[in-house]
Amino acid sequence: MPAAPLAMHPLAITAFTATTAVGRGVASLAAARDERRSGLVPNDYTEAATGVALSTWIGRVAGLEDVRLPDEWQALDCRNHRLAWLALQQDGFVDAVRAAIARHGASRVAVLVGTSTSTIEASEAAYRHFAQTGQAPSAFDDPALHHLHATTAFVRDLLGAHGPCATVSTACSSSAKVFAQAARLIATGVVDATVVGGVDSLAAGPLFGFHALGLVSSQPCRPFDARRDGISLGEGAGFALVERSGAATDPLLVGYGESSDAHHMSSPHPDGLGARLAIEAALARAGVGHAAVDYINLHGTATPKNDAVEAAVVAALFPPTLRASSTKGTTGHTLGAAGIVEAVVTLIALRDGIAPGMRVGVSTDPLPDDACGPQIRFDDAAHPLGIALSQAFAFGGSNCVLAFSRDIDALRAARSR
Amino acid sequence: MKPLRVAVRGIGAWAPGCAAWPALRDALRDPGFAAAVDGPRRPSPALLPPAERRRVPDGVAVALEVGREAIAMAGPLATGSLASVFASAHGDLAIVDYLCATLAGDPTLLSPTRFHHSVHNAASGYWGIATPSMGPSTALAAGDASFALGLLDAVTMVVAESRPVLLVVFDTPAVGLLARVAPNTALFGAALLLAPAGTADDAPVLTLSIAPRPSTIPSTANAAFHALCGSSPAARALALLERLAQADDTTVDYPMDDTSTIALHVGPAAPPDATAAAVIE
Repeated sequence: MPAAPLAMHPLAITAFTATTAVGRGVASLAAARDERRSGLVPNDYTEAATGVALSTWIGRVAGLEDVRLPDEWQALDCRNHRLAWLALQQDGFVDAVRAAIARHGASRVAVLVGTSTSTIEASEAAYRHFAQTGQAPSAFDDPALHHLHATTAFVRDLLGAHGPCATVSTACSSSAKVFAQAARLIATGVVDATVVGGVDSLAAGPLFGFHALGLVSSQPCRPFDARRDGISLGEGAGFALVERSGAATDPLLVGYGESSDAHHMSSPHPDGLGARLAIEAALARAGVGHAAVDYINLHGTATPKNDAVEAAVVAALFPPTLRASSTKGTTGHTLGAAGIVEAVVTLIALRDGIAPGMRVGVSTDPLPDDACGPQIRFDDAAHPLGIALSQAFAFGGSNCVLAFSRDIDALRAARSR
Repeated sequence: MKPLRVAVRGIGAWAPGCAAWPALRDALRDPGFAAAVDGPRRPSPALLPPAERRRVPDGVAVALEVGREAIAMAGPLATGSLASVFASAHGDLAIVDYLCATLAGDPTLLSPTRFHHSVHNAASGYWGIATPSMGPSTALAAGDASFALGLLDAVTMVVAESRPVLLVVFDTPAVGLLARVAPNTALFGAALLLAPAGTADDAPVLTLSIAPRPSTIPSTANAAFHALCGSSPAARALALLERLAQADDTTVDYPMDDTSTIALHVGPAAPPDATAAAVIE
């Protein structure tokens, strides 16, 4: 293994937002926490889209069917772009980016978006149209709609940024890894700011694909619960504006760690070795010790294997005072958007001084798994939080852990602990 | 921005008629080169156990094989923590076509193996398992600029983290309905093992900067390869590979979008430059 990375220059998060099954914008996630509300509902998506029912629960963003893109973007209309557009309208995010472009220049602002399936729903619909009529729909001839980078290019064009623009697609770690890339683009002087984000709308491919792998629960998912039996898929989108410097009160990206499991395409390393490497690298870049971490937003998919391995890693590395929880019972697993949605949940926790608990099922009481140490919490706790991690562990063994600080004072305090 | 400098320590390639970098290097020096029509359809990825070599999709096969060639050329190298970047505009189009066609028929027949092959990071995942490497690995796409943005991602990682990074870029031929929206016609893959400048005495040095001006698709002297640059985003790597084959001071531009360009300079090995070391503090 290489030497531990040096501490990195902390970067300001000057704006952030997320839209999920519990609603639009940051306030909806805070309200769902306070109301102990899950956004999961019985799956009505696959039957409407494909004619085939699938018995599971999903985290569906309400009202996407009624979102209308501005006229100049109608050729690119699809569920993923409606979700991206809707998410960008929340929390003053577009205005914050335009102000950053005015400060730095459009060519000094990059756009990096994570997604696992991008606009595949539009391609799936075109194939269905072809199967039923023998002809592809005329809109299928727009190549700008049918590729993995489509949504990222759409977001860049909406925002008017002209810096480097790329789509990261490492399954469920996609929109966590964009923070690491943003840090490198800023550290090397390529740009001064980066819009990072993730967008993944519901599509038949992941629903039937994860079902074929036997990883989908027929009930609302129950992370870290002894009765858990699989994931609930969700859709979501979120964005953050990462800048070289900001106000003294801005939250900070203070570290990142990436690794590969080198073990199996769809099953985690049994000892969580890749997860540990990513956690250690994130802490080394943050320049803080394990005891300085107040909260971890876990990957916590509610598959039997992921949660057992992740709970054991947390129990081995962190003191019992740590508070750790998963967001999947609230939003569902938003795949390529999970990294940004859960980074936003982590930033809300730091802002509010509330370590969120977990929803297991829509209205059931938790039955903690034996693998859970005292770090895994099902109840909310009001508690000043200085440093928090957000963990994403993906298909293909792609791991990414992000470290955030409430503000610069909290980072200084943590580094001296 | 200050130009970013990296050493090119290894090269791997697979293109129609050229099963490895030495063959492609010779072909790039020959303006009249034309690929034989009866060449192998895809490489056999030597990193995998023999039974698995035929089972993986084309994109994974070509990515693993060009990556293996690039690190072999660099000589002894600790691969256990080697970082990697896999860039592809569309991933594996045959798998995407299968997925969409199956979902349009009977979605319950979807193969779990083909589903896990459909993730864009399939090649990245197989690479980690096969080498084996637990280093960071990214899979990205940027449309027609996928090679240029993959290169930028790898170069910024080399410079920011002072570590070698393997860049792999690949495209697969379009299949079925998708052929209408993706012009890819050929299987193509290339790999560059990049390292901090000054760490390898005899390796050519690549200098990258971003220029606020438009540019056009970079060209190669050979007409067949030039046509490939136009139809496969990954094959645009051929323009840089041609300059690397010449081993002279030379430049090549890659459009990043309609308004800006990733400008590359290729030069012979340069003396160590302390200022190119770690930037993250």
